[in-house]
Amino acid sequence: MDSSSSSSAAGLGAVDPQLQHFIEVETQKQRFQQLVHQMTELCWEKCMDKPGPKLDSRAEACFVNCVERFIDTSQFILNRLEQTQKSKPVFSESLSD
Amino acid sequence: MEGGFGSDFGGSGSGKLDPGLIMEQVKVQIAVANAQELLQRMTDKCFRKCIGKPGGSLDNSEQKCIAMCMDRYMDAWNTVSRAYNSRLQRERANM
Repeated sequence: MDSSSSSSAAGLGAVDPQLQHFIEVETQKQRFQQLVHQMTELCWEKCMDKPGPKLDSRAEACFVNCVERFIDTSQFILNRLEQTQKSKPVFSESLSD
Repeated sequence: MEGGFGSDFGGSGSGKLDPGLIMEQVKVQIAVANAQELLQRMTDKCFRKCIGKPGGSLDNSEQKCIAMCMDRYMDAWNTVSRAYNSRLQRERANM
């Protein structure tokens, strides 16, 4: 959402707590869906050779592993970035430039 | 979200917001957006998988390939969705 959408959404939320809750739930669902789209696209490249009559068990296992490793990778990246920031604040240096 | 979303809200002209109606409309629009996104990505993936050098029309083997590709992409989407959901459940359980 852009800022005008989010501000109007906040306005609606102020009117009705039910609506506020609804917006929060739908936003979370949408975030989930977006990540599923992204991972499907990414994992398709890694796991799908020639599309056959059905999704064989090897390919299915590959997709599951792919999802797990993608999340592991993003967690690893975040953790490492946090550690790096503690010892050597890279971003604040570049920001001050 | 697109501009049409705004007009949906103001459409009645009564000036009174019906939360139930708004929620229903939002759900429909989100579902449409998701379907469009899936279709767009699937089209891109299946074109890349099934079309070599583009000919004068889609030949039989290309059509069969695209059909299987579509089905497999849907399978992949479902598998990824289940795996991701399962991962989220595990992460929450460990909190």
